[in-house]
Amino acid sequence: MLSRVAERIYWAARYLERIENTVRLIGVYDKLMFDLPRSIGLGWYNLITINSADEAFMERYKNQDERNVVKFLLGDDTNYSSVASSLKFARENLRTTRDVIPAECWEMINELHLFVVENLQQGINRSQRYNFLDGVIQSCQQIQGLLMGTMPRDVVWYFMKLGRNIERADMTTRILDAGVRAQMQIWGDEDAINSQQIIWGNVLRSLGADQSYRRTVRASVKSELVAQYIIEDPSFPRTITYCLSAIIDGLEHLPKNEAVLKEVKGIQKALIKAVDYSDLGEPMKDYLNDMQLDIASIHSRISQNWFTNQ
Amino acid sequence: MTNLWNTYHCQDFYDELMSSPGNPRKPAQKLVSYFKSLSDEAVESRRRAAEATIKEMGVSFTVYTDEGNIDRSWPFDIVPRTISKKHWDKTSAGLKQRLKALNMFIDDLYHDQNIIKDGVLPAYVLENSVNFRKECVGVSPPFGVWAHICGTDLVRDSDGEFYVLEDNLRVPSGVSYMLENRAITKRVLPELFEEVNISPVDDYCSQLFDMLVALSPRKIAKPVVAVLTPGIFNSAYFEHAFLAQQMGCELVEGADLLVQDDNCVYMKTIAGLERVDVIYRRIDDLFIDPEVFNKDSCLGVKGLMRAWKAGNVALANAPGAGVADDKVVYAFVPDIIRYYLNEEPLIKNVKTYLCYDEEQRDYVINNIEKLVVKPANESGGYGMIVGPHSTKKERDRFVQLIKDNPRNYIAQPTLALSTSPTFVGKSELEPRHLDLRPFILQGKDIYVTMGGLTRVAMKKGSLVVNSSQGGGSKDTWIVE
Repeated sequence: MLSRVAERIYWAARYLERIENTVRLIGVYDKLMFDLPRSIGLGWYNLITINSADEAFMERYKNQDERNVVKFLLGDDTNYSSVASSLKFARENLRTTRDVIPAECWEMINELHLFVVENLQQGINRSQRYNFLDGVIQSCQQIQGLLMGTMPRDVVWYFMKLGRNIERADMTTRILDAGVRAQMQIWGDEDAINSQQIIWGNVLRSLGADQSYRRTVRASVKSELVAQYIIEDPSFPRTITYCLSAIIDGLEHLPKNEAVLKEVKGIQKALIKAVDYSDLGEPMKDYLNDMQLDIASIHSRISQNWFTNQ
Repeated sequence: MTNLWNTYHCQDFYDELMSSPGNPRKPAQKLVSYFKSLSDEAVESRRRAAEATIKEMGVSFTVYTDEGNIDRSWPFDIVPRTISKKHWDKTSAGLKQRLKALNMFIDDLYHDQNIIKDGVLPAYVLENSVNFRKECVGVSPPFGVWAHICGTDLVRDSDGEFYVLEDNLRVPSGVSYMLENRAITKRVLPELFEEVNISPVDDYCSQLFDMLVALSPRKIAKPVVAVLTPGIFNSAYFEHAFLAQQMGCELVEGADLLVQDDNCVYMKTIAGLERVDVIYRRIDDLFIDPEVFNKDSCLGVKGLMRAWKAGNVALANAPGAGVADDKVVYAFVPDIIRYYLNEEPLIKNVKTYLCYDEEQRDYVINNIEKLVVKPANESGGYGMIVGPHSTKKERDRFVQLIKDNPRNYIAQPTLALSTSPTFVGKSELEPRHLDLRPFILQGKDIYVTMGGLTRVAMKKGSLVVNSSQGGGSKDTWIVE
């Protein structure tokens, strides 16, 4: 497989994953804002902060209100991580690698592109937002389903797997981060216990993990249990542990993988030792930040090893 | 819709579908009666379905404009164009004959040049050819074939006969649209495929692949075949990707390849370097190797010519094949066929005036308002003038151009290009002019597509069918 094609496939998978995750995040936030007591003053702007996009946002907007935040995340083409931009990049990457992906995948991404272009306004206005977000998620899952069902398990598949899981792990740390930040905001509030349930329940929902959490942990929603579940559970496909195993599995199927594998296995080992679930404040924020750096380093190792060699 | 077909105006030109208003030709009978049975709404919904399918498939081509490149959907008309199988078989034999002779001609030009020594082709034609590559002299590609993939443009004149308008031997494009047009039509008019015996076109990609594999210098079970594209900004990028995908081979850009000291071509893969055996290059030969041709080219691969000359890689089409893709050489093709094959041409040429010849040049200059004047080496409908549709100023400019560089211009009578019923506006059925580009493959064997790409001039009265100049297309049916 050509290095250039591997790189584009990897990025296509990342962008596809980013689209779905961003849309999920907005969807969950929508509900969260309805449920939390107003006194807490949790703002939409948190979504910008957890995506490390403050600077880019400030350049464009003064008002940190819902409309601007949602617009920035969904439709802004100056934001390289917005849904519209991610879709553009995913489409461009798939367009230039059409020879290795199933033909229907290209048709589906085109349909999704047309859907987003035509209905973007729906996503920005609150009244019809649900339908728009739901439509995007459905399309993304349709594409993932097609790939699952029709792609041979060859190197193309494993590069997609790497891209998907690196993006996913990154987003999971960010969603956890959002939970931690919200939690810190409610400390000292009299409704704290109730709010805690709402926040962590929504963290689980934004990962689609609420049901499996209940079945696996068999306890009510508590911050430290949720955090541990999302970091350590080996079977739910969006936990950090699961994503790292999936990355390792992907790496194991690629040529010349020794050095990268060793590094990722090291990260996996260090991961669980370093957590302290009793304090979900600053130490947890730092821990998540370190993990984001680890994920970024896995990405650059992959890039050096397979994309920019020779 | 009966009325629309009964009042369809088809008497000014040869019409592909209708012999007189309301009366279809034999191969089109079922097609026309089917369309007559559809309501206006049904036709409209099928047109919309076709449009949606094109968008979803992402069938597009790029148009170069001053404002940058635009990716446009390919305009498509849902009424297919029909040709009888019998007529096609005859045409197909003529196309094979033509390419066979052209390949012998190219091979001769790069070796002994007997055709010039024997006085059949004037020496000046070769001396002034911009597509003759002296770097290719003496090279002997497999099977003596230089032009492996040829797209020949055919037009039907008022007498109902096919004429060859030009042979595209460099990097002819359009075959993916032929295949996609069929895929769209199958989705939009599925009922007809049950009733009418339409020859399938789908085997093109496997024929192409087999032809390319047979060129491999290494006789191994699975030679590595790659399609070399200039990249995403090329107008035919869609097609390059499509072909690579259909053949299951690599789509490479120049930067993916390198030639090492052993004069072999390698591609950069995730596992290291891998040797490439056959390259279907979709880059003009002046850009394929900065070491030999255009020094500033960043599309090509340094050393590719070395590897090709050493016989370590096959290139399709071979560099230099374009020497026969010249509108002056075109005028000699009937003689070329007679010279190499000792046969009479099965398909006629369009009458062509060579401006290099004084007598013919005078005729062209005096009759320019009746003629089509074309530069010898342009494609895509650029740089030509259609006499009857031109202004005095344009004609004067062309007269000057001809006088300045007579070798570079030829002229042909304005043909009465055939028409076919085409939906325009809101369910109007009007005649539109069209041509046909079949694709011919030659390697070890020789193959012609069933029909080809029908291109339609979507503007009323227009004769220019190129996609870059506002043309569209139709599915082409060869009917038993």
